[in-house]
Amino acid sequence: MLWNALLLAMREIRRNVLRSSLTALGIVIGVAAVITMVTIGAGATAAISAQIASLGSNILMVRPGQGFGPSRSLGSSRPFEIRDADIMAQQVRSLRAVAPTSSTRSTAIFGNRNWQTMVTGTTNDYFVAGNWSLMDGRYFTASELRAGRSVCILGETARRELFGLQNPVGSKLRLNKLSCQIVGLLQAKGQSAMGTDQDDLVVLPMRTFQRRISGNTDVGSLLVSVRDGAATEDAQREIEQVLRQRRHIHANEEDDFNVFDTKQIAQTLTGATRVLTMLLSAVAGVSLLVGGIGIMNIMLVSVTERTREIGIRLAIGALEREVLGQFLVEAVVLSSFGGLLGIALALGVSAALTSLMNIPLVLQLWVILLAFGFSAAVGVIFGYVPARRAARLDPIDALRHE
Amino acid sequence: MPVLDARESEDHRLISLRGVTRTYGSGSARTWALRGIDLDIEQGEFVAVMGPSGSGKSTCMNMIGCLDTPSSGTYRFRGVDVGGLDRNQRALLRRHYLGFVFQGYNLLNRTTALENVELPLMYQGVPAAERRTRARNALQHVGLAGWEHHTPGELSGGQMQRVAIARAIVTSPDVLLADEPTGNLDTARSLEIMVLLSALNRQQDITIVMVTHEPEMASYAKRIVHFVDGRVTRDVPTGGGDA
Repeated sequence: MLWNALLLAMREIRRNVLRSSLTALGIVIGVAAVITMVTIGAGATAAISAQIASLGSNILMVRPGQGFGPSRSLGSSRPFEIRDADIMAQQVRSLRAVAPTSSTRSTAIFGNRNWQTMVTGTTNDYFVAGNWSLMDGRYFTASELRAGRSVCILGETARRELFGLQNPVGSKLRLNKLSCQIVGLLQAKGQSAMGTDQDDLVVLPMRTFQRRISGNTDVGSLLVSVRDGAATEDAQREIEQVLRQRRHIHANEEDDFNVFDTKQIAQTLTGATRVLTMLLSAVAGVSLLVGGIGIMNIMLVSVTERTREIGIRLAIGALEREVLGQFLVEAVVLSSFGGLLGIALALGVSAALTSLMNIPLVLQLWVILLAFGFSAAVGVIFGYVPARRAARLDPIDALRHE
Repeated sequence: MPVLDARESEDHRLISLRGVTRTYGSGSARTWALRGIDLDIEQGEFVAVMGPSGSGKSTCMNMIGCLDTPSSGTYRFRGVDVGGLDRNQRALLRRHYLGFVFQGYNLLNRTTALENVELPLMYQGVPAAERRTRARNALQHVGLAGWEHHTPGELSGGQMQRVAIARAIVTSPDVLLADEPTGNLDTARSLEIMVLLSALNRQQDITIVMVTHEPEMASYAKRIVHFVDGRVTRDVPTGGGDA
């Protein structure tokens, strides 16, 4: 009986291909749009979370100047020096690593290739604080750090651009006038939360950087990693005390440096993704609504023709409930078909877009069910309600309907 | 089913209208379509209902076809008071005992001739294989063998009306109701339809009630009932339907 009704519905759907495909199209678009948008939103959130995790845990960034970001005033503040880092590491117990860092963009040359990259001078603490691990080679030795030897460690992007498929460890790299031997290769970390490529770097011992690249003894910033379980707020306060003392800041003066907790970046980004997801959901909701209105229109428009059909069926002896059953099954079949097609389309488009945008494909069952359910409900309701009105008509009136 | 039991009723008249009126609206806006009709039609008759527009002949036809019910008076079909039946019971009556042919054919669009003819059998619950055979036979009977898989859009007016007639007779109904069946056809096509109808009446003993306003078509019937202003004014036999 049900099988029969299904076959009958399929026949009726095939009979009017244009009407059926327009109805299904509304559902397909509604379902596909919602699923795709929410999937991309979820993927972006997951990608950003992963990037936040790769940033390293409990990281504090100390920079000279007041405030943080593009507007900070650098000129007026004294830079740090290597001793600041050493003393901070000694005095603040809750710190795991304190890495003095200075960076500049510079061209690295190997053979006939050259590549603009970020050259950073620091100590081995940099790798601890930044959650870096080695893919090949070794970190700096104590004597290399102390003496400022011409050695360097490469990030994955810099390696790829300069060496292609070759293993660079042991080769010599030229940075301006400095020729340094590559002793290590870092494991790739991917994009940073800010969207920059973290792997595009060449790391030198701090003293090498000062002597051969920057030409002074300044330290641009301090990268500090707090021990697990220690409160970053306490560490931050202690760091501030140490630095105020080292920099001879009077009690009534403000800090001329800034301690920044990367957790704040994480929070900002999480907030931004939440807004993004909400925005995408709103757009998706609108598409669903538009899809729903599309379904509604085509269903209502087809009623004129179908009123006559209903009149014919009633005249030759169909019961109201038989006519309604037929229309209901038709609407359900058409809506489900459109819904499934929409899900398939959404999966394809999501997979393509997420791979294009380099974010993970995070499918959420509830969205798929919600989009499918809503569209199917709209299809069924607007397929069924006009049919019910027509089926309740006097067959004479229904037949006269033009 | 009450409709079936009724066949055993003591009243063996097929169709019997007594004092049937039909009004539309109420109060001062009330209009009368039928002002009291007495009409009996026996098994095997071929009745033409004639009259000017608005004379109530189509209303009377809808009444006999159980598509409409009397405002007052009684209509008995095989002894059953149709006025006392609900919508579904009247639908079942139409399904099992009546066949309809309309002026505008009223076939389902984009549906083959065969499927159109199968439709009433589907509602009767006839199995698919039997349905197909009976529908083919009915189409053959109206001279449309070989046209089974054509849709209404591919058929001429005369052919569409033949499909409609096949659809009406495929259930072997007691009564075939034809509302101006030749109204949309030229004379040659009309005469072909009339020949077909009177053959069905004579050879298969199908009772036919036909509304028409063309005397030439009415002359094929065995009896002509004239309507004027919602009343039967004349009810005369013709020369036996052999015109």
